[in-house]
Amino acid sequence: MNELIFFINFVLISGAVIGSIYAIGAIGVTLIFGILRFAHFAHADMMTMGTFLVLILTALFPAVGPAIGLPTAFVMMPVAMAATAVIAIGLDKAFYKPLRENNVKPVVMVMASVGVTLMLQGVIRFFAGTGSQSLYIDDRKSIFSFGLTEASEKIVITEPQILLFVFTILAVVALHVFLNRTRLGKAMRAMSDNPDLARVSGINTNTVVGVTWVIAGALACAAGTLLSLDVTLKPDLSFMILLPIFAAAIVGGVGHPYGALVGGFVVGFAETLAVFNWSILLRPLATTFGWELPANLAFVPTEYKITIPFFILVAILVWRPTGILKGKVL
Amino acid sequence: MNQSEKTLYLFGGLALLFALVFAFMGAPFSIRLLAEAACYAILALGLTIQWGYAGLFNAGIMGFVALGGYMSVLLGFPINDDFWSTDLPGQLGGVILKAVLVIAVVVGLTQLKRFGAPKKLGAWLGIIVGLLGYLWIKVSLDPVASAIESQAGFIGGLGLPVWLGWLVGGALAGAVAYFIGHICLGLRSDYLAIATLGIAEIIKAFLKNADWLTRGTLTVSPIPWPVPGPADIGFIGARAAYLSLTAVIIAGLFFLLHRAYNAPWGRTMRSIRDNELSSAAMGKDVNGRRLEVFVLGSVLMGIGGAALITFNGIFDPSGFLPLNHTFLIWVMVILGGPGNNLGTLFGAVFVYVVWTMSEPVALLLLDIVRHLGDAWFGWQAPSDLDSRALQARVFVIGLIISLVLRYAPKGLIPEQVKHHS
Repeated sequence: MNELIFFINFVLISGAVIGSIYAIGAIGVTLIFGILRFAHFAHADMMTMGTFLVLILTALFPAVGPAIGLPTAFVMMPVAMAATAVIAIGLDKAFYKPLRENNVKPVVMVMASVGVTLMLQGVIRFFAGTGSQSLYIDDRKSIFSFGLTEASEKIVITEPQILLFVFTILAVVALHVFLNRTRLGKAMRAMSDNPDLARVSGINTNTVVGVTWVIAGALACAAGTLLSLDVTLKPDLSFMILLPIFAAAIVGGVGHPYGALVGGFVVGFAETLAVFNWSILLRPLATTFGWELPANLAFVPTEYKITIPFFILVAILVWRPTGILKGKVL
Repeated sequence: MNQSEKTLYLFGGLALLFALVFAFMGAPFSIRLLAEAACYAILALGLTIQWGYAGLFNAGIMGFVALGGYMSVLLGFPINDDFWSTDLPGQLGGVILKAVLVIAVVVGLTQLKRFGAPKKLGAWLGIIVGLLGYLWIKVSLDPVASAIESQAGFIGGLGLPVWLGWLVGGALAGAVAYFIGHICLGLRSDYLAIATLGIAEIIKAFLKNADWLTRGTLTVSPIPWPVPGPADIGFIGARAAYLSLTAVIIAGLFFLLHRAYNAPWGRTMRSIRDNELSSAAMGKDVNGRRLEVFVLGSVLMGIGGAALITFNGIFDPSGFLPLNHTFLIWVMVILGGPGNNLGTLFGAVFVYVVWTMSEPVALLLLDIVRHLGDAWFGWQAPSDLDSRALQARVFVIGLIISLVLRYAPKGLIPEQVKHHS
């Protein structure tokens, strides 16, 4: 039974955690891809920036969380999400809008977003240094564990992980309702499908672009915060998850919010499955049949984890160039 | 002011700037600066043909740089007797043979469809055999790798001339570029950027962690030089010799690229960049041409990377930061003028001088700020302020990218488009 619990802890729970983070990030990337038609490289740094806003708020008001019974950082997250959304609109006004009005090629917009990435990184590193920080300033991380009768190991799940799952479900449901039930959501979908047709049928494209940045910015802040609650907050947090997030968006089908969700979990589980040591699961079989098993039978060593999203990306691009849920052909 | 006058003024200004650096920092520093700028210029020339001629967004420059650098280590570094005198080379050879066997079987399985087998069967068999074969190779490599690490450190080099390593590095970078381009060039540029970024990360992760091959984070030094080193003819002489070597390479590349740009090949390239649909309709092989220029540019990056790493004399796989260094080269190209070789050269030297000099200037400024803050407000500066300020230099690159894209999208020395009537 211990083997199964290892599998649950290291594959199911870890995969769901990291998959949710990738999914929330990829939804933002895919919305920007769908509406503004370029790959937004600065998305991951928007996450880091949002998380630092949370850190500042947490340090300013440490007593809020214990009063409600939740981590302070989680309580402060909505405020920071709003602030990140405002900053995202500001970045758009300052750097992307002038280019958009000049009708530059999408690839120039990508360059501009790289410029924004570097600026955000510079600012973050100047003010926060390069060390890692914990979002649990005054609180302590609660850890829940469940034992099974016939196993000595326990299933372990932490408070931020539970919050993450709850938030992901709520966010996805809210996004679904927004996209399908509201006028603005329908306008967004129309613009994503065919921008010219949307424009001539009287949709205010400026509003749609603004709403896109609000959703993307807020979700980026949430993804960064939830990830940092689970691990630690580092200035280079963003770069480590930029590639998986893009992989998730492309794997799921570009411009497709549900695709981003699927892609996020595909990439997340692929990562955890690939670094999982399969010897652990095979050991009972090995003792029954008398096999010789190597001590470590993981597909890739942990230090090569960053390569997995890329392999999935290439495989998907070869097998199904528009992604699992048939996104846009670009 | 016409274009050539402007070019003249810009280069004059650059010379003035360099003269200032020379006056303040002395000869050894300035020659080193120029030699490094020359290595970056080779990289920038590689990028300008990809981005400027063909509009390809390569974000994985550091991968090619690392490959070129490692090849110059592998070929140029002295032979490691601790490794070759044991039976480890034989064991390593056995693993390589296994790998070749697995690759051959997988390729064979994917070709089963030629013999009438269903296409899906071959693909699935290929995937399954590939995965199992991969595990088999991994399990057989692990003990050999740890034996090499414990007995010999790493496999060492081959003791060949280092310039041969540069050429092989270029060739290997080109081969990798062919592989990426084959998969990704049919897609949009955004995908290419993400894919190249990923490849660069894979190459770096491999070089960083394969200690038996590269000594990983322990780094390899000193890498032999293709010209006499500082021990033979002194710092200034050696650096000047190195600078002349890179200058000769740049001159050769410049001549060839200029010819290619004005040849029918260059015209085809630009027509594809400016209007892909119409050039495809005219019967141009869009993806074929793009693959050519992508491979060519990556070869230059491999050579440039090898030159840069050889000059620094140390191979440190964790030293290539994707954002800082890759986009330093991007700034050189878009500031100088994509598609214009002269502009790229200007951009490379100018940006590198600014980048290097920003370090002492930033520290000087911080010193003044700290002094004033202390004197006026009794402010205690954080102790790591210096390192933070240096980290924040990426801000400047980002700002330059944004400003140039907005106000001078064609660069300071733009590509001159000829119109034939």
